[in-house]
Amino acid sequence: MAVSDQTFLGNDAASDIRPLAIEARGLVKSFDNTLAVSGVDLAVPEGAIYGVLGPNGAGKTTTLRMLLGIIDPDEGVRRVFGYDQPHEIGRLIGYLPEERGLYPAMKSIEAIAFMGALRGLPLDEGRKRGKELLERHDLGHAAERQIRQLSKGMAQTVQLLGTLVHEPRLVVLDEPFSGLDAINQGKLERMIRALADDGVTVIFSTHVIHHAERLCEGVAIIAGGKVPYAGSVETARDRIPAQVRLETRAREGGWTAALPDDARREGDFFYFSLPDTGVEPLLRTLIEGEAGILSLSIERAGLHDAFVHIAGEAAARQLEADNAGDGQ
Amino acid sequence: MSHSNQAAVHANPRLSYFEAAWVVARRDFIAVLFSRAFLFFLIGPLFPVLVGGLAGSIGNQVSREAVSVELGLAMSAADNAAMMDARDTLRPQLGGAMPVLREIPEAQVETNFDARAFLEQKRGNYAAIVTGTLSSPEVVGTEGQINRWSGPIGVIAATAGGAVPTSFPEVSKQTVASSASADRSNRIKTAQAAQMLLFLLTMLLAGMVLSNLVEEKANKIIEILAAAIPMDAVFLGKLFAMLGVSFVGIAVWGLLGWGAWSIASDAFIQVTGTDLGNLPAPAVGWPLFIALSIIYFSMAYLLLGALFLTIGAMASTVREVQTMSMPVTMMQLMVFFLAAYTITQPGSALETFSIVFPLSSPFAMLARAAMQETLWVHAAALLWQALAVMLLVKGGSTLFRKRVMKSGGAGAEKKPRFWSRKTSATEPAE
Repeated sequence: MAVSDQTFLGNDAASDIRPLAIEARGLVKSFDNTLAVSGVDLAVPEGAIYGVLGPNGAGKTTTLRMLLGIIDPDEGVRRVFGYDQPHEIGRLIGYLPEERGLYPAMKSIEAIAFMGALRGLPLDEGRKRGKELLERHDLGHAAERQIRQLSKGMAQTVQLLGTLVHEPRLVVLDEPFSGLDAINQGKLERMIRALADDGVTVIFSTHVIHHAERLCEGVAIIAGGKVPYAGSVETARDRIPAQVRLETRAREGGWTAALPDDARREGDFFYFSLPDTGVEPLLRTLIEGEAGILSLSIERAGLHDAFVHIAGEAAARQLEADNAGDGQ
Repeated sequence: MSHSNQAAVHANPRLSYFEAAWVVARRDFIAVLFSRAFLFFLIGPLFPVLVGGLAGSIGNQVSREAVSVELGLAMSAADNAAMMDARDTLRPQLGGAMPVLREIPEAQVETNFDARAFLEQKRGNYAAIVTGTLSSPEVVGTEGQINRWSGPIGVIAATAGGAVPTSFPEVSKQTVASSASADRSNRIKTAQAAQMLLFLLTMLLAGMVLSNLVEEKANKIIEILAAAIPMDAVFLGKLFAMLGVSFVGIAVWGLLGWGAWSIASDAFIQVTGTDLGNLPAPAVGWPLFIALSIIYFSMAYLLLGALFLTIGAMASTVREVQTMSMPVTMMQLMVFFLAAYTITQPGSALETFSIVFPLSSPFAMLARAAMQETLWVHAAALLWQALAVMLLVKGGSTLFRKRVMKSGGAGAEKKPRFWSRKTSATEPAE
């Protein structure tokens, strides 16, 4: 297991006293002769927004399906709200699969009510809540229209509302941003944040890093069926030292010897990793050596850099290819 | 959600197995009942009846026109006339056993008429030709025709020659309701008719279950169902929804049939020669037989439906579903033939097998209800069939979870076991 940060908040785990909504240890799943997922470990506290980040085919959907009990792992254990069998707490879970599916002849309101009924919500209550949800999302006019009469985006929204109608405590979304335009992606991001504000745990898979970076407290980076990292986004970014950009008036001087070994010059700027000791000792040397500091900035690594660092360049290239394929 | 609702959810965090099945069954039942597919389902049985009727009618017509039962008479003119008179005399007593006799005109004008050459030259349209005299008639024809008509021609010639009485005593009649022989024969007819009806209905309905599952795969809704409730509850819900639909269909057919019978029973009896009001009673009596018919129909349908759902589970594509269902349909046909064959072999090992084998059991047991009065065996068979349904549903849902919900093809390829063929993953990744 290549994971050094196994718990959700990594180094901050000790200070996170929230109970776990999802806990998975050593999940393994193979189909025929192909190992789809190998040794997945996850720990998602209640109320968190958690991303499963990886290229297409990495094993994200298989992982989510195992967490939901749609398929059973060959090895390992999973617990959702402490239950080994997620069907035991079906009313607490909402799931939006990657392959969107609704009955084409069903009316929107009925589709939402039916999805609620599958989770134990009485049909009448489902219709009532469905109407409210549709109106809140500017789809009140589509309540009595058949799914086949809706646009793709509207149908996706209806399905998402069906996922939420029974007010689950855990929402699992498989590639929820896939196929949505920028406006609807923004709406979905706001919806996910609102759910988390209400204390709902949200876990979603994505191959788009910026969604995970903007929304998630924690991520599991998955590539080739393995999870080389699962923990907080902050800890992932901290895997790569922050980069320092320095601009000086003087081009040469004895002070250059004080720069870290990886320092390189590009035009008027020096770039180097933030030293373990911080920038204060370096600043003193630069001032004493009369380097003439014009500017100095410290830039933390982004999740993309962290992904490349953790999952490797091949996985990163595949991720970028997937994004290009999606137009994202 | 209010605190009381939250508490209720935590107190009962999932639907029970039957509640989950009910949610699926209710949706499917309503969706199918108000679909065009149900309309086609209702009119579906009309087609085989219509086609069967037309085929029978055309067949009879062709048979009448193509197969000659006329025998040519090539005796002397007086003998010909005597033969035809004798035939007319015997006809009331022997009916269909008497041939149609026609005088061959050529035989009267050709001095050296050769019956053998006449037939070999394929002249006329006679099944055979009768030559000779009344005391020594000769039948010329193929071996089959000679065997068929030698006896009747002998009787006719003898009658024409006055060797047998030309008048017959009137036979008085005394009718009994039934006899052991008649009972058995009638019950066999009832058993055969019930089996045939059962077979047609189950094939029609089980096909609908398969279409329903294929539709759900195409709609990609199956994953939502599988995530929310246990897969066997999904299967059970689908099966019972279709069973409900089938009962509605049967009720509609029954009402229409009863209405048609009330209006045109006389015409029906005249055309078919069957009086449904006087069908032979089954061994267990009509009320129990009807009840058992409904139960065995349900069981036969549930068994076949569960098997078709399992096929749906094993297949990844609609084309695979269609391909894989063909052998099962053929097998069901063989099972039906087996059960039909054992009707006349009560107590044989073959009958026991057809009772024990789950797919043929409802057919064999329905036939048994028509033939024998024993009841306890029905209770045992129904329990066994119910168990088989549960096992099939469980097996199908397990297969479904294992085979259909595949995903993730980018992982490492496992080292194949030495006995297994090396195959590549065919499923699309995620």
